[in-house]
Amino acid sequence: MLSVRHLIDTTSLTADDITQILDTARSFAEINARKGIKKVPALRGRTIVNLFLEPSTRTRSSFELAEKRLSADTLNMGGSTSSVVKGESLADTIQTIDAMNVDMFVVRARLAGTPQKITENTDAIVINAGDGKHQHPTQAMLDLFTIREHFGQLDGLKVAIVGDLAHSRVCGSLAPALKTMGADVTLVGPPTFLVDDPSYYKCPQTSDFDSVIPEMDVVYMLRVQLERMEGAAIPSKREYNRLYGLDLRRERNMKDNAIICHPGPMNRGMEINTEVADCARSRILDQVTAGVATRMAEMYLLLGGDNDGISN
Amino acid sequence: MNNPKPKATIMDDVAMRRAVTRIAHEILEHNEGADSVDLVGIVSRGVPLADILSREIAEIEGKRPSVGKLDISFYRDDISRSIAPVLHATNIPFDINNRNIVLVDDVLYTGRTVRSALDALMDFGRPRTVQLAVMIDRGHRELPIRADFVGKNVPSSHSEDVRVHLKEIDGDNSVTIWDKAAMPAKGGNR
Repeated sequence: MLSVRHLIDTTSLTADDITQILDTARSFAEINARKGIKKVPALRGRTIVNLFLEPSTRTRSSFELAEKRLSADTLNMGGSTSSVVKGESLADTIQTIDAMNVDMFVVRARLAGTPQKITENTDAIVINAGDGKHQHPTQAMLDLFTIREHFGQLDGLKVAIVGDLAHSRVCGSLAPALKTMGADVTLVGPPTFLVDDPSYYKCPQTSDFDSVIPEMDVVYMLRVQLERMEGAAIPSKREYNRLYGLDLRRERNMKDNAIICHPGPMNRGMEINTEVADCARSRILDQVTAGVATRMAEMYLLLGGDNDGISN
Repeated sequence: MNNPKPKATIMDDVAMRRAVTRIAHEILEHNEGADSVDLVGIVSRGVPLADILSREIAEIEGKRPSVGKLDISFYRDDISRSIAPVLHATNIPFDINNRNIVLVDDVLYTGRTVRSALDALMDFGRPRTVQLAVMIDRGHRELPIRADFVGKNVPSSHSEDVRVHLKEIDGDNSVTIWDKAAMPAKGGNR
């Protein structure tokens, strides 16, 4: 059983919580790799609402598959089809769905804090599927799973998170989760992308990518989020690629056993070059595979562990 | 509680070995040999039991049945009450289609574990038959399920617990009866 009722951020998770999610995900990974029926009845009769107030393809399909493989009933609500567009307040939308007795909300939102707000308007359990520049905890769990599968453990690993740190909810969830599990995190990015308050992550920050590469076990490339920039400065795609993009020259300086991760979707030729994205070190597709298993584990643990009063 | 002790030891190592030998013979008799038989142990104590049975069958027949293991955590009908803390992977490394599958578990009680195991097993294919072998049948069924092969029938009360200890997990082979109130924590999950 997890120590939290909702999955809103990774800063609230203990090392035990994270280990439990990753261990449970391992069993689900086995189910997902089956030749026979890739489905278990664990969440039969539970209703999960996917409330995606911001466009998303991979996270949404990963959640949908995870829900289906757990035999949950699902309801998909998107930004353009929901009454939020008609002027209904978010609280009213949530209370309306809640009145239909659903068990869980999976929430993707443009505004940071939306999932937390939703917990105040429902008895259902809430999973944050990415809120603004704040957090993306389910992404962090699939990243940790992928890294742990390769190295066997997380404690003591050196991880560089590279790119648009200031705008990145992926970094916002991944850095604290890695720290909780005992990894050493270094944040790398151009000065304009560094985090204003370095003490928040308790991680060293640098703009000198080349000097840190040879020490790292994991090089985690963030996507440059052109849609979240709001005027932030990068001189040009070409210059960004030259200074902070992962190309073959940098890949050759990595440790023998080191791996490359990226949350996707990739801007090939910008933060990562094609020949590197598809090289043997790349775990980018393993991350996608891990996403379904880790999300199954999160939903299973959150929905299974919270109904002490119900008897059957 | 200091040094919790069982109420009684109802089977020792020798008795358990005799029971396994007899069950192995019964499985062979029932299925007319070992050719069509595979064993699937239910996690956790069904797995070493299935291994022992498989070795025993090999000694009698010269052919060793394959052994798989089945974790039923995700097939239970009570996850809202008792979420399984320790998860073990399912591994059935052979084709169960058209085979005679013997499910193996340590104790048969309410029948709910076996019900879940049947569901889980069917997701891997369509066996010709599914049979059930248990070391202990302690009664109190809540579902229409019975065992085909039984080591020992042990009439018990709800306030008691029957535990099968196996060398592979617990360090010794024995079957004991406990008062639930005086019981130490369980290793592994059933």
